[in-house]
Amino acid sequence: MRKQIPIYFVLVSGIVMIIQYFVPSQLSDDLFTYANDWVIVIGIFALALGIWSLLKAEFRKLRDPKEIFYAGVLLVGYFVMFFSGLKRGNLEYGSFFMTIFNNILVPIQATLFSLLAFYIASAAYRAFRARTVLATILLLTAFIIMLRLIPLGGFSSVNQTAVSWILSVPNMAAKRAITMGVGLGAIATCIKIILGIERTYLGHD
Amino acid sequence: MARKLVLVLILLAFAFVGVGAQGAAPDTTGPPKPAPPSNVVVLDKPNDMGHGLIIKWTLSPYDGAGLNNVLAYEVFRADSVDGEYLKRGVAVKGTGEYEDVDNTESTNGNRNPGYIAAGRTYHYKVRAMASGNVYSDFSEPASGIPIENWFHFGKVPILVGIIIFWAFVVYFILHARKGKEFYVRPLAGINAVDDAIGRATEMGRPILFILGLGTAGDIATIAGFTILARVAKLTAEYQTPVLVPVNDPVMMAVAQETVRTAYLEAGRPELYKPENISYETAMQFPYVAAVVGIMLRERTATNFYMGVFYAESLILAETGNMAGSIQISGTDQISQLPFFIAATDYTLIGEELYAASAYLSKEPVQVGTLKAQDWGKAVVMAVLIGGAILISLGIPFIKNMISVNL
Repeated sequence: MRKQIPIYFVLVSGIVMIIQYFVPSQLSDDLFTYANDWVIVIGIFALALGIWSLLKAEFRKLRDPKEIFYAGVLLVGYFVMFFSGLKRGNLEYGSFFMTIFNNILVPIQATLFSLLAFYIASAAYRAFRARTVLATILLLTAFIIMLRLIPLGGFSSVNQTAVSWILSVPNMAAKRAITMGVGLGAIATCIKIILGIERTYLGHD
Repeated sequence: MARKLVLVLILLAFAFVGVGAQGAAPDTTGPPKPAPPSNVVVLDKPNDMGHGLIIKWTLSPYDGAGLNNVLAYEVFRADSVDGEYLKRGVAVKGTGEYEDVDNTESTNGNRNPGYIAAGRTYHYKVRAMASGNVYSDFSEPASGIPIENWFHFGKVPILVGIIIFWAFVVYFILHARKGKEFYVRPLAGINAVDDAIGRATEMGRPILFILGLGTAGDIATIAGFTILARVAKLTAEYQTPVLVPVNDPVMMAVAQETVRTAYLEAGRPELYKPENISYETAMQFPYVAAVVGIMLRERTATNFYMGVFYAESLILAETGNMAGSIQISGTDQISQLPFFIAATDYTLIGEELYAASAYLSKEPVQVGTLKAQDWGKAVVMAVLIGGAILISLGIPFIKNMISVNL
């Protein structure tokens, strides 16, 4: 019974939202906005649950010598940001909150993002090793694509034509095939959820 | 005396010429006025909420012909025929149509004068504009009523597609229930799940399951929950911990419930630890830092990446690779698939992620939906090939049939 009510709720909600997609009236639009607002409301309530879980886990880690440093940094950072965020005008330029945000968090995030360049290099090295026929084709194709960025005189226009063909014909064909498969798979999954065939996400009875 | 009379007559003659010249000034000294547009009609904008009207007119005779001095058309609107007409917009020359849409009733409590209410009559006039701020006379006014529509006819092809696909799904589910068995192509990534968990058990290390940066409502994330259920059940049987760091509190609640259920089904509820499914942060790169930290500190033997991923995919997968973990990934994000293919051992490409639940459960009903997907793909291919052939022959029948007007 505990599982039946959510399944009926999902069935009705799913069918209503499908109908909503085809009805352009004001009522339909309001319903869509209302449903999305509910998602936000549920997310806000769940955020408290998430923060509680995070703090509980980190306080527990303080007892572990291996974890104490990381847990300590997280808890100090959390409370500093929490209390500085309570102050009026904390989003104004120059406030303590924004100073920490702009001078510590943003550079750390940028550093992490920039690591991606090195990871692309190491992943590309492995992917482009010409061990098989397909890997060799991949290597040659990548080589042609990369040449596009280098000035090669008269060869540039020939290379540019080849690159355009690779990107707009075989590459696009593969991407579209995946996109269509993803689209149909997503619809099939939605049907399974709406009809109650797929119910793993609901947990136990 | 006669000379004076002649002088007066000459002055009078000049004066008359001057007056005459003054009266004809607009025609001879300034740029000429364009002729106004005509036959203005106001139509309801189809398939909308009733906040739009389409104004059509016949072009000015001086637009592309005659004096050819029309630069644009200005569209004016009033609430009554004799009311104040306010300018609503401009259409460039050669255009005989303007779409007036405004669904904002008020902003910060102030009434928006441009708002179009459904069911109310609006009056429009159009005039042509030439260079030098010279305008034609206004056209005759025309009126129209915006209507709130209850069905979007532009989406009919989508509706037909969905009905056909639903029919396939229901047909194959019914067939599966009657006992018909369907063949499902083996998925290497799913077949490797048991081995990957076995390896972690032998090494005595935990398993890391990452659901990506989506939300609990994303289809890929829901597919990830299904695979998590299977993985958690196996880890419960092998007594190997599974760690699930998430970026969304709702996902945390669903993941906890999924893993708890899996442990119950495996008959090992005492092994379930809710703290292993933890909320880390909602921000992308702080989440990456948290997950990478877990990978390196806990030295996870097996990493699963199932869900929606963005730029963090390669950072996570490469870190896992360098840490020596066996890795299985799956996402519907096309831009991230090459990264996963390059950096992980097995990858579920696009729809394979959705197919995983049917493949894992082996339930006839679930497998039936996979067959429906295959038939759906066959129909799409047939339409694409048929459409390409017909459009090459100059017959746009299929193209028109499947065109969606949003």
